[in-house]
Amino acid sequence: MKIIIRYRLAAWCLLALVGCGAPWNNPYPAADSGKNILYTSFNERPKHLDPVQSYSSNEIVFNAQIYEPPLQYHYLKRPYQLIPSAAEKLPVAHYLDAHNQPLPDNARAADIAYTVYDITIRRGILYQPHPAFSRNTDGSLAYQHLSEKDLKDKHELRDFKQTGTRELKAADFVYQIKRLAHPRLHSPILGLMEDYIVGLKDYAEQLRQVNAGMIREGKGEAWLDLTQYPLAGVMTVDDYTYRIKIKGQYPQFLYWLAMPFFAPVPVEVDSFFAQSGMAQNNLTLDWYPVGTGPYMMTENNPNRVMVLERNPNFHGETYPVEGEAADTGLLADAGKALPFIDKAVFTLEKESIPRWNKFLQGYYDASGIGSDSFDQAVQMSAQGEAVLTDAMRAQGIQLETAVAASTYYMGFNMLDPVIGGFSERARKLRQAVSVAVDYDEYISIFQNGRGIPAQGPIPPGIFGYREGAAGINPIIYTWDGKQPQRRSIEDAKKLLAEAGYLDGIDSRTGQPLVLYFDVTARGPEDKSMLDWMKKQFAKIHIQLEPRPTDYNRFQDKIRKGNAQIFEWGWNADYPDPENFLFLLHGAQGKVKAQGENAANYENPAFDRLFEQMKNMPNSPQRQQIIDRMVDILRADAPWIWGFHPKDYALYHAWYHNVKPNKIANNTLKYQRIDPVLREDKRREWNRPILWPFVLGMLLLLLFTLPALRTWYRREQSAAIGEVKS
Amino acid sequence: MIAYLVRRLLYAIPILVGVNVITFGLFFMVNTPDDMARMQLGIKRVTPEAIEGWKHEHGYDKPLFYHRAAAGFSKVSDTIFYQKSLRMFVFDFGAADDGRDIGHEIGKRMWPSFAVALPAFFVGLLIYITFALGFAFFRATYIDFWGVILCVVAMSISAMFYIIGGQYVISKLWHLVPISGYAGTVGDTLRFLLLPVAIGIVGGFGASVRLYRTFFLEEMGKDYVRTARAKGLSEGAVLFRHVLNNALIPILTTVVVAIPSLFLGSLLVESFFGIPGLGSYTIDAISMQDFSIVRAMVFIGSLLYIAGLMLTDISYTLVDPRVRFS
Repeated sequence: MKIIIRYRLAAWCLLALVGCGAPWNNPYPAADSGKNILYTSFNERPKHLDPVQSYSSNEIVFNAQIYEPPLQYHYLKRPYQLIPSAAEKLPVAHYLDAHNQPLPDNARAADIAYTVYDITIRRGILYQPHPAFSRNTDGSLAYQHLSEKDLKDKHELRDFKQTGTRELKAADFVYQIKRLAHPRLHSPILGLMEDYIVGLKDYAEQLRQVNAGMIREGKGEAWLDLTQYPLAGVMTVDDYTYRIKIKGQYPQFLYWLAMPFFAPVPVEVDSFFAQSGMAQNNLTLDWYPVGTGPYMMTENNPNRVMVLERNPNFHGETYPVEGEAADTGLLADAGKALPFIDKAVFTLEKESIPRWNKFLQGYYDASGIGSDSFDQAVQMSAQGEAVLTDAMRAQGIQLETAVAASTYYMGFNMLDPVIGGFSERARKLRQAVSVAVDYDEYISIFQNGRGIPAQGPIPPGIFGYREGAAGINPIIYTWDGKQPQRRSIEDAKKLLAEAGYLDGIDSRTGQPLVLYFDVTARGPEDKSMLDWMKKQFAKIHIQLEPRPTDYNRFQDKIRKGNAQIFEWGWNADYPDPENFLFLLHGAQGKVKAQGENAANYENPAFDRLFEQMKNMPNSPQRQQIIDRMVDILRADAPWIWGFHPKDYALYHAWYHNVKPNKIANNTLKYQRIDPVLREDKRREWNRPILWPFVLGMLLLLLFTLPALRTWYRREQSAAIGEVKS
Repeated sequence: MIAYLVRRLLYAIPILVGVNVITFGLFFMVNTPDDMARMQLGIKRVTPEAIEGWKHEHGYDKPLFYHRAAAGFSKVSDTIFYQKSLRMFVFDFGAADDGRDIGHEIGKRMWPSFAVALPAFFVGLLIYITFALGFAFFRATYIDFWGVILCVVAMSISAMFYIIGGQYVISKLWHLVPISGYAGTVGDTLRFLLLPVAIGIVGGFGASVRLYRTFFLEEMGKDYVRTARAKGLSEGAVLFRHVLNNALIPILTTVVVAIPSLFLGSLLVESFFGIPGLGSYTIDAISMQDFSIVRAMVFIGSLLYIAGLMLTDISYTLVDPRVRFS
């Protein structure tokens, strides 16, 4: 009787444990349950967190929450608008002539030799707590003269017991701009900025010479104190104002001021991390970013987890009070103090399967959609729109889609003797191929429908993009009254015949036309894409030969102009059409000038319009010029326009204030979590199921019972026969 | 024994040099210093000057094996091979391409690898021996028959299936343990390790149980076992007191050689379960074309393999008095 009661009690306890209490499969500490923490994942460890080097999307997702450049983008307004961040107000451009004499605001671009921006920063902004700022009682910096012996037991920032802070000063912004030219840091934007910031090119050369001298003296690892070397075009005006002087007129420079490249870096942090022994102990600014933003990095273990926590010294900011007309649901927190989330935990999740499953269990608050889980999450409605499946809706998951400020295209090398050039023959050939290669089908097959066919180089959301009938590429599409319709393959064949390649035979030589597609070396999974591409060309009887090489050889071919047809893409640095149209500007030719114009396209009419357009503010006049430029491009067809990818993201019901932003990255501060709802849902979705386990044990026991009986009988028997084996 | 060990250690040197050379050759056959530079510098706005600068800073602008333009010994010493590979013989692994100290990283990441590999190894060994002994005990019965079928089926299934299936059933459907992850504290770590350890054990079940069963059955066919039975010992006493001891000798040789490689972790398990061990460290280094890490891990792996072989020889002489070093 007592045994039966004990078993019943045990069973009830087990049921109670299973039914109530925290889920057993929760990967986070029990102490964090119900806390205001965002959980998300990353699949590739960031290589650089130093703002002078960091340029990849998987790096900026961290840096953008920590560093505060002078400007930022409005979270809700579209088109994207710059607003002050660390700066007090948007800087105003002042123009100077070649003699440094002021010019009026409406001066002609040709007369403007320099543009000067004076940037005044907000007062009272403090850095996050950091040992570099810590001071002794006598006022000297506590951790600035450390020996290797002092650093013996210090491998993480938290090993330094004291921290301090100080106010942000204009000199910190100047110091960071100087760091762009640091010879050991290899900033990716140095080349670009050398063309604009006065004196930066000479400064970079000067630092190279200094560094070479240090290496010769055996001090190649020693700190290079940039405060000893002034930069002509960047200086402090006072403690809270600094000045940047750039060559000519470049209104898009303000967009760069919204990127971490131009965020402040204090000299004491740089010198702190430059001390001998720091790098050997993996203590570098590249590993431990230091900023004034709403968050600070408290754990950097990119092998497992990276954690951002609320910066206790954050100066404060409020949620926007206005947005677009459709943003009414996003203004519930208007005017409230930011940030809302206390902590963001980024867990390394290399494989898509566990990442997806943990999202469905509620352990990640948001997720992308992999191709293997696409059908599970999204279905196409009768109207051709992507909607969530019933299973997703049942969990209260929301879908947000947004066209990325990116473009993927197939380029023709305009220097190639067959496909390149401006002869009518070459132009018609390119147009014929553009009609034949069906990117609508490509998007459907290879992108799960996640993209829109490109009509030109400018993606949606960027000024200059035209919607609807006004925006279609008439070479490829017609308008049926409601939507674009691709021209038929017969139109492509007609263009090809007009080019002198009737049925794919060169009328001059009588030989079949063979074109070469230069691609980076691909694995088996890309074979289907290459086969598809060959079929597109085969539709108009052109033989396409893929020439796969490794990425470095491919880059060499592009640089030397040896590729014929290639694929490329571009993500916007900033929301201005100049950042896309410059990819086809003659002066940017890859072969001529090592620029970004990989097609080596050079059309004087286009270039003239580009020079006219690039410095204009957004206006109907600018739109007209852009329309003419796009018409030229469509007629010349240096690219097959490819597609603009569409990003799909899923968010749980407890994740608020989400608005996809394809340009700004410092959006974590606006987002809000309902941890109570999340906890309830996790419990609901993750009740442990024990009965299969118990059933399995019982079956195993039943399976072995006859054998045990056989063994018992064998032991009790009188003699044992031959050993069987 | 000392002479034997010294001889084996001396043999190890040319082996390690050879492994180093082959690793170096294979790596740079597939990757070039320019590739490595681009991997670190990114894709956007990477200039040829930046690539050359990176290569110069990291010592990858030198010739691979032989510097024709240099003088004297510099023809050999002013090369990538000499600068990058030879100092490993003094266990100076240097820094990875991202600047982080490799020795420190290995020291940090080996514990998570151990945390998965050691329990899977020892608990697995116990389970495999138990089952193998059980199948041998119930030989020629339905248990043995279905056991062997189970082993063959288990051997035929790929490790990836066990991992994905295990995560799906145990974590996703039954919600018993976290799908993936790892924690810094001991208490939290245990619940993350249950599933990868279980999968590690299940993954090795088929092959190991079949092999050990064969060892046990071979012993059971020997004369001394027949004698023990004839003397009236129970089957249990025969198995546990006589057969097990002698069958452990061949089991030991297969097991001891594997012990050092536990240090290196499992690439698949660590990737899928998010365990920051040496297995994922190596696979990440290969993807990132970080030669410094790859050569360090291959060097350590070779060293451990040689150590494993030596340990096997030593343990063989300890358990079998008939075996002596020659």
